[in-house]
Amino acid sequence: MSLGADNLSAARPARWTVLWRQPNFLLGVALTATLVATALVALVWTPYAVDAISVPDRLQGPSAAHWLGTDLLGRDVLSRLMVGARNSIVVGVVAVGIGLVFGVLLGAIAAARGGWIDEIIMRGSDVVFAFPAIISALLITALIGPGAVNAIIAIGIFNIPVFARVTRSAARQVWAFEYTRAGLAIGKGPFAVTRDHVLPNVASVLIVQATIQFAIAILAEAALAYLGLGTQPPAPSWGRMLFEAQTLMAIEPRLAIFPGVAIALAVLGLNLLGDGLRDALDPRLRDWRAV
Amino acid sequence: MIKFLFRIAVSMMLAGVALSGVAQAQSKNTLTLGMTLEPPHLDPTAGAAAAIDAVVYANVFEGLTRIDETGAVQPQLAREWSVSGDGLVYTFKLRAKPRFHDGAALEASDVVFSLDRARGPDSVNAQKPLFAAIDAVEAVDPQTVRITLSRPEGLLLFNLGWGDAVIVSPATADTNKSKPIGSGPFKFDQWVKGDRIELSAVDGGAALQKVTFKIIPDPSAQVAALKAGDIDAVPQLNAPEAVLAFQADPNFEVAIGSTEGETILSINNTKPPLDDVRVRRAIAHAIDRKAVVDGTMFGFGTPIGSHFAPHHPAYVDLTATYPHDPAKARALLKEAGAENLKLTLKLPPPTYARRGGEIVAAQLKAVGIEAEIIPVEWAQWLEQVFRGGDFDLTIVSHSEPQDIGIYARDKYYFNYDSAKFKSVFADLTKSSDPAKRAELMGMAQRILAEDAVNGFMFQLAKLGVWRKELKGMWRNSPVQANDVTGVRWE
Repeated sequence: MSLGADNLSAARPARWTVLWRQPNFLLGVALTATLVATALVALVWTPYAVDAISVPDRLQGPSAAHWLGTDLLGRDVLSRLMVGARNSIVVGVVAVGIGLVFGVLLGAIAAARGGWIDEIIMRGSDVVFAFPAIISALLITALIGPGAVNAIIAIGIFNIPVFARVTRSAARQVWAFEYTRAGLAIGKGPFAVTRDHVLPNVASVLIVQATIQFAIAILAEAALAYLGLGTQPPAPSWGRMLFEAQTLMAIEPRLAIFPGVAIALAVLGLNLLGDGLRDALDPRLRDWRAV
Repeated sequence: MIKFLFRIAVSMMLAGVALSGVAQAQSKNTLTLGMTLEPPHLDPTAGAAAAIDAVVYANVFEGLTRIDETGAVQPQLAREWSVSGDGLVYTFKLRAKPRFHDGAALEASDVVFSLDRARGPDSVNAQKPLFAAIDAVEAVDPQTVRITLSRPEGLLLFNLGWGDAVIVSPATADTNKSKPIGSGPFKFDQWVKGDRIELSAVDGGAALQKVTFKIIPDPSAQVAALKAGDIDAVPQLNAPEAVLAFQADPNFEVAIGSTEGETILSINNTKPPLDDVRVRRAIAHAIDRKAVVDGTMFGFGTPIGSHFAPHHPAYVDLTATYPHDPAKARALLKEAGAENLKLTLKLPPPTYARRGGEIVAAQLKAVGIEAEIIPVEWAQWLEQVFRGGDFDLTIVSHSEPQDIGIYARDKYYFNYDSAKFKSVFADLTKSSDPAKRAELMGMAQRILAEDAVNGFMFQLAKLGVWRKELKGMWRNSPVQANDVTGVRWE
């Protein structure tokens, strides 16, 4: 493998050891693991069916039968939170996936080619990037209609310029190293050099960015669902649960608190995880020992 | 210097306290009402939107008659009237010297103009059928109007009390949308789009001096504004759950009254397999009305078994026609060969539809019907469902008074077509004998229930909340109005 990659990996063991002693990172790992575990469990099992409406049982407080109580229509809040976690993960994975695939492709091309191709891709990214995430998502769902799939696509599209920019700037640094020139000199094409030398070296940056974007995607999905543009009823989503709880704040604040806390913890966990990973992986952070 | 400024500030604050004390000591004569929907314009003769009447009915515009809080017909511009023996000629005497807000006198010729305009070929009136029986409107003298009918119309006096039948001035008829000029006790002051509409009293015609209709679409914001004292009343609170909190609050009065809103699961009667009465009956058996009312409206609402308001004297309780019976529903679906049915359920924005739709979808699922929920905005609903007929199921509240006649229309969005019903309804429009009318209305209700035309769910309740000292607010909504002419502070 390339010289640059060896340089980076040489530093890794020490960084990881330091990382595991960071309480913030550990908390992030724990929260994210809980989120993923909950979502995995919800794939195969929930205490009750999420759309099992039972009006006589509505607005019950937490009990042995319903750990987090029931909502306005008598549905089990815990079951809905669990499936909501699953939805959030799906949204995060797919939306970040869309952003990664297209963003990295565009960013890598821009970095490898430079010139007017670079200009076009980057200025295009700037245009999309200039809109705040939620506005972009609102615009896209307004154009193609509300719904869970469309919300994912909308958030994914917003992610493309984020990854394109990150990939390009990291990749250009790699392209400045001599070993990439050497690759070209021995007859490798720009595609092969990108594949063999550039991408392995920007992967760490992308992983960090993906974690952060994952958290943003969860927030964006909740916001869209809250506004009625994301996941549609009867499918549960944390944002929709918040919306449904809104008029009940005075009599049943619990219904807003549970999904609110779930969103906050999920986003916090992913951010802490992302911060920790950045400290460990980002080659641009020279002062990692100080954290 | 700073000390000086501080002194000024303190004295200003003290003055403010003193002034507000004075203001409170005087009896309050302004009213601020919270309303959910903003009217598209303010001409009740040119639009079906309930929000128009909610502002101008009886307050700004007046008709020959008006409908009071109980749904009874009362004199308004017409002081008295007489009907010929054959029921074909109505003679109205106008009250003494009514005036439009622009100063012009309101005379019989204005009545002729208004009614001819409403029923004429160029009319944009949303309720033209109200005037269908009228053959001619004439001014006998400036204070007398004669209306001749082509056939007896039992509901004429009631129809003339609708907001769509108000009397307008020829001089201002074209500008009433933005600057309504009527003859009522309140005149239009200003409309700040998206925020509020202000009316003020015309020389002592009402106890209140100023009335503001504040547009607050969000129910939570309405609740907050009421509690903060920014608004004095919400005549129709869109959040039934909030009513519970107000019931416990000694500063507020909660009025749970009736509306004309039959809330139904509308079925596209011509779309297979929904054209099969067995499938529609299965849907009727699948609906648990109590669960819908409890889950959607916190129990505020009366179950109905046909398209008729329970508070009406001619109401027949038909809720037992198709009791909640999932097993029966499954059997009917099997018989009709419509098992594993997949339908769409389009839901407009109101709580009763969106929340009710989730419950109905779950109830349908329990009998093997998969109803896919599609939330739509009002504009989409009007376009796709109401005008386009592109739907399987939808939930909507039909809020017009005594509107069973929609089932006799040839092209109405749920596509019901029954010769039997049409003949009963034709007899009803011709009859003015109360006993005969009640009998025919009973028959009409039974036919609709028997045919399970729509899933008849519940009568929407009017959930009004206002400050305890406010008296004279309407508790019921026989028409979509907020008649504040009799409202006062105590």
